[in-house]
Amino acid sequence: MSTHEHVTCTFCGCLCDDISVEVEDGHIAAVKRVCANGRGVFAEHCSDARRPTVEGREVDLEEAIAEAARILDQADSPLIYGLSSSATEGQRKAVELADVLGAVVDTTSSVCHGPTGLALQEIGEPSCTLGEVRNRADLILFWGCNPSASHVRHFGRYSVTAKGTLTPRGRQDRTVYVVDVRPTGTSKTADHFLQLRVGSDYEVLSTLRLLVRGESVPAEEVGGVSVAELSELAERMKSCRFGVAFMGMGLTMSAGRNVNVAELFSLVAELNDHTRFSVIPMRGHGNVAGSDQVLTWLSGYPFAVSYARGYPQFGPGEFTAVDMLARGEADAALILASDPVAHFPRAAAERLAAIPTIVLDPCENLTAGVARVVFPTATYGVDAVGTAYRMDNVAIRLRAVVPTERPTDEQVLEGIIQALPERAAQLEAVT
Amino acid sequence: MRGILGGRVYDPANGIDGEVRDIWMRDGRIVPADEIDPEGAETFDATGLVVMPGGVDIHSHIVGAKVNVGRKLRPEDHRGSERKRKGGYWSGSGYTVPTTHLTGYLYAEMGYTTVMEAATAPLVARHTHEEFADLPVVDKGAFITMGNNHFLMRAIKEGRREEARDYVAWLLRATKGYAIKIVNPGGVENWKWGGNVEELDDEVIGFEVTPRQILETLGWINDELGLPHVPHIHGINLGRGRSGRTTVESIRALNGRRAHLCHLQFLSYKAGAGAMHLSDAVSVAEAVNTAPNLTVDVGQLVFGPATTMTSDGPLQHNLHNTMGGRWVNDDVESETGGGIVPVSYEPTNPINSVMWLTGLELFLLIDDPWRVYLTTDHPNAGVFVHYPQVIKLLMDSAYRAETFEGIHRRARKGALLPELKREYSLYDIAIVTRAGPARSLGLSRKGHLGPGADADVTVYEEKEDKEEMFARPRYVFKDGGLVVRDGELVAAPQGRTLHVAPSFDSAIEERIREHFREAYTVSFENYSVSEEELGRNETVPCDA
Repeated sequence: MSTHEHVTCTFCGCLCDDISVEVEDGHIAAVKRVCANGRGVFAEHCSDARRPTVEGREVDLEEAIAEAARILDQADSPLIYGLSSSATEGQRKAVELADVLGAVVDTTSSVCHGPTGLALQEIGEPSCTLGEVRNRADLILFWGCNPSASHVRHFGRYSVTAKGTLTPRGRQDRTVYVVDVRPTGTSKTADHFLQLRVGSDYEVLSTLRLLVRGESVPAEEVGGVSVAELSELAERMKSCRFGVAFMGMGLTMSAGRNVNVAELFSLVAELNDHTRFSVIPMRGHGNVAGSDQVLTWLSGYPFAVSYARGYPQFGPGEFTAVDMLARGEADAALILASDPVAHFPRAAAERLAAIPTIVLDPCENLTAGVARVVFPTATYGVDAVGTAYRMDNVAIRLRAVVPTERPTDEQVLEGIIQALPERAAQLEAVT
Repeated sequence: MRGILGGRVYDPANGIDGEVRDIWMRDGRIVPADEIDPEGAETFDATGLVVMPGGVDIHSHIVGAKVNVGRKLRPEDHRGSERKRKGGYWSGSGYTVPTTHLTGYLYAEMGYTTVMEAATAPLVARHTHEEFADLPVVDKGAFITMGNNHFLMRAIKEGRREEARDYVAWLLRATKGYAIKIVNPGGVENWKWGGNVEELDDEVIGFEVTPRQILETLGWINDELGLPHVPHIHGINLGRGRSGRTTVESIRALNGRRAHLCHLQFLSYKAGAGAMHLSDAVSVAEAVNTAPNLTVDVGQLVFGPATTMTSDGPLQHNLHNTMGGRWVNDDVESETGGGIVPVSYEPTNPINSVMWLTGLELFLLIDDPWRVYLTTDHPNAGVFVHYPQVIKLLMDSAYRAETFEGIHRRARKGALLPELKREYSLYDIAIVTRAGPARSLGLSRKGHLGPGADADVTVYEEKEDKEEMFARPRYVFKDGGLVVRDGELVAAPQGRTLHVAPSFDSAIEERIREHFREAYTVSFENYSVSEEELGRNETVPCDA
């Protein structure tokens, strides 16, 4: 039996890196400090030496790679999608494959915090790392997110109850606001809960901007919240020491989307004329922040990138996976560490079943069920080392605690790149 | 073996000023005379051409957390500045903030073979190294920001200098960094309370230390550890009308100690009427001239689009409020901060015009070219692809005078620049773009073409128009291999990551662990970047 300390859990954007894992005979026997969400990362992890399949038939890795390369090479408009649950090592290779193929590459950001990225392009983003929240924040605002269910250890490690250098008493040193359309586990822990009417985030945020500017609002209530309560929040935001707003898909995936987020970002930016205030998007998947980072340093854009013209072009709505698929524009797909058949609208999912699809994933998912080629790959952070970016964009190393015979995403993707007909000659020319 | 034959060689570190020489390369190094064996060698005829060591950029923002948010922030920057995938070369995009591969290609195509990333927050050093792995051709290293570090400021306050020294050594190893970077010492910490510092003796909130003490201590530590570079300092009051005065005071505070002041143009102003800034280059240059252990880079302004990005959080917020528009801020726990504001410098703007001439005045008033280096603080004052334009401004006083006539009249009024007729020679240019920065960085195999030097060589065709000449080298060699021919990439090998590994008393680690438990959200055990994560790399020795 061996114990691995300081293991990073890859379930969500918290990337808690204090997990303790006991391994017995190459299997995970016990996991400590992990939350209910993260437990499955270790307990349900698949590491058996399963072979790749082509049309359901088990084949050698080489054969599966050759078939994947053939599919992608013959496609006119291949789509590479997912990325967010891989490590940066796999993500980098996925983008390289897109560049080589002239493919479209999109990530799960496009169906979660893609609008947050658009808001950043419009407004900027006054932000900070989670340690600043831990050490300094005396006012915390959760808007359209429910970390008590989605990011279970967020409160204890980073925000609500965390004890830091200027917040030695933890919860007692902070005021917590929750803004949402319904009561949640998070709102139950808050000092103040503002329940909005569905679809009124933008109006409420605009009202707060007016109040922070000291302008009067000629109304009793906005979006189901009394202006008196909003005035109190505005005053608290202006007078706190260090405020932090966490925002989630309640803002990005409701009517208004990026416009909602831009309004929050503007509010936070303007608060810095009075005190210090930051905003941190609650990124979901363990390394979805990394997929933004990798795609940005390689292409210039965080998601929805087409290499069809031989250079990167950004086109949300045009090069986003749901749209590409639903319009029937993708004629082959490679899905990396994601399960779009389970989550996409029916038309997009049906298209994935209709075209030749390649899946790289540690676990068998619904998309694998419709795919032509399936690569069971290693799990970064459990049986493969790698790097992932936390929701505050701090890169964290992922450890391997058990062995596996499976290839990593990086290895499979590199194999596909090398197997593409023109690729070998090109590489020789360069190095 | 490869030979570059019959070129006019400018190799100031070896005192060679345009003499016709042959340069021989083997196994990535310059070959000593007694080992030259032309038998079977590949040769390049450089008759009539100018041969220099590969360019060395001592201060540029090319990778890492801040640069990447800059890329994400500016899709409009990338459109129209794309490069297509060709052969095995990556496609890319970006003008002020190019993608990683494009950055490496563009530097190489300009004849530069070594570039230093000027500001990496320790906590996000891993990100810097990940991007380094995707930045081809050039050798590179990262400066690690320390001027607002809690552990250090506490040690300084409590008078535990040796502990501060050991911590810095540990931190440089943990981050695989190259040098100590100081940005607005104390001011970034105060920004976390909404404030800043304005004078060297202002107090840092919560730490009872001053910018002066931070500068002194890190200067002492740098010498104690024998780091190859000197402390790389972005001083207080950047962009302010009082910056010239506090720069001169900072030079005095260094008290003869070795140091480098970066992008000095941004810190050499005095207040004019109203909100106008004026050049304070005369006072600053005089202070530099009389401080023989000091080196500087200019951060020359280039008219056109730029993206300001610094670890100087309060400066960026001030700029945001001045300019309106987009603003990114990023406070990093226990260490530093930073921000980004896109800008465009216009000759029709009086303050931009003053910034432009202040940089040139520094270049022309600082006597010793070995102590003043060419940078644009990319992408803060201009994009690095415009270095050839800056070279032309330095070498060609007629071009300078002509450009001066086009700037804002309020900046022209009373300006000293037209009186400065000095013109840089090719030898001077080889110093300020190669030999000088390499020497300041302590890179003994860079910036020269003597035996044993890295075979990083650039060959230019001499032209009357120096901008044209330096924009498109005939040949560029990296580690002895041809990477650019006629201004176009022909190979893209991976360069080295240069880092240091100073020694320290490991007793410090227990105190650092304790600090991590108190203040960090990443485990001590997961913080350090391991050598396995780096790819091709080299530890540059310390002299202690």
